Amino acid sequence: MCLGVPGRVVAVTDDGMRSGSVDFGGVRRTVCLACTPDAGCGDWVIVHAGVAIARLDEAEATERLALLDAMLGGADAPAAPSAAPGPGD
Amino acid sequence: MRFVDEYRDPVRARALADRIAAVLRRPWTLMEVCGGQTHTLVREGIDEVLPAAVELVHGPGCPVCVTPVEVIEAACRIAAEPGVTLCSFGDMLRVPGRDRDLQQVRAAGGDVRVVYSPLDAVGIASAEPSRTVVCFAVGFETTAPATALSLLEARRRGLSNYLVLSAHVRVPPALEVILGAPDNRVQGLLAPGHVCTVQGGAEYAPIVARHRVPIVITGFEPVDLLEGILACVTQLEEGRAELENRYRRSVRPEGNPVARAALAEVFEPVDRRWRGLGTLPLGGLGLRDAWRAYDAEARFGPVPEGTDDGRCRAGLVLAGRLRPDACPEFGTGCRPEHPLGAPMVSTEGACAAYWHAGRPRRPGPGDVAGPVPEAASR
Repeated sequence: MCLGVPGRVVAVTDDGMRSGSVDFGGVRRTVCLACTPDAGCGDWVIVHAGVAIARLDEAEATERLALLDAMLGGADAPAAPSAAPGPGD
Repeated sequence: MRFVDEYRDPVRARALADRIAAVLRRPWTLMEVCGGQTHTLVREGIDEVLPAAVELVHGPGCPVCVTPVEVIEAACRIAAEPGVTLCSFGDMLRVPGRDRDLQQVRAAGGDVRVVYSPLDAVGIASAEPSRTVVCFAVGFETTAPATALSLLEARRRGLSNYLVLSAHVRVPPALEVILGAPDNRVQGLLAPGHVCTVQGGAEYAPIVARHRVPIVITGFEPVDLLEGILACVTQLEEGRAELENRYRRSVRPEGNPVARAALAEVFEPVDRRWRGLGTLPLGGLGLRDAWRAYDAEARFGPVPEGTDDGRCRAGLVLAGRLRPDACPEFGTGCRPEHPLGAPMVSTEGACAAYWHAGRPRRPGPGDVAGPVPEAASR
């Protein structure tokens, strides 16, 4: 129920309530952007029940992942996140 | 950055599981609060790759599951009224009420429609002014802003045919009850990341202080969950109890100020009965008096007093006292096709998580009337 799906804002409109088109891996939906006044085109948001509840902080996320990888063992950490092989691959 | 793949990376996940094993000295029992987290843990088998000394018990964070029977019965009654269109999240349709569910009301001619957002229900009210559109509003603080915005939007459009049946619930009062129980076994909590995205962390600091348990705000992907578990176990091993945010890409300390302002304008905390946990002081969100014209309970009558009944042990499951696969009804008397209660049909229900992961019935920790188990005996 508290499922939040990350998506990227591709268009913003405002006809009384701020809303926009958000791309979820190729599927676009109209989403209420009233709670994310700082989210513009190109920004990532977390969407729940048709409402963006957060603009994701890309710089923070990148930095935290780098810190996590460093903590987990530096050189052995995954370099290319989306294509990293699983153990035993 | 895609905000999904990075957090499902198997190399990171394995390294985190290894790190958890490395810091572990004693057995610990943790509770993940949110049903979405439960499903990731069980679906990905995270609970099975963790050292046996880390026991995860599943919390009450499935709003469909904690909605009591009398509220579902009230929704069924309203949906059966002529001229009414009841809009609901799809999860609610098959949850058993007293003697019927919303799907059966629809089959009998009631106008029950599944919506993705309360804002869609406002769209229906706007497009069909002859219908009285009632939004069956369930969910935690994550979902309540969408309901609040729907009411603000209905007022802006001047709609008089849009009403809300509010069954919204608040997480902190439930945690107080679980941690305050005399036989509580939970030693650390993974707090729900999207509830905290809206509300921030401030409400959890007093709970940490009062019960001296670490609370780690945690996300929903495998790497997020393992990072939350590592942070929680590390605190426990070091004898600390602190509020820690491990979902920083989404959760700011103050939460989402716009969403919180919308909540404060429309709702106020009220006492509310939860299935299995009883009436929780300030455990729900009710419409403020200023919004009475939009209140389905004002129009159709209040939800009557109710009690839990029957064979469903949802209360024990929701309080982390009974593992779903240890329930005597699991997979026999209770299956998704003929559920005894909501946790077997909700997409976030703990029982559904075990069922869809193919877990067999396995008497064990929390089995009915059994002794309080030791974490290490699993």
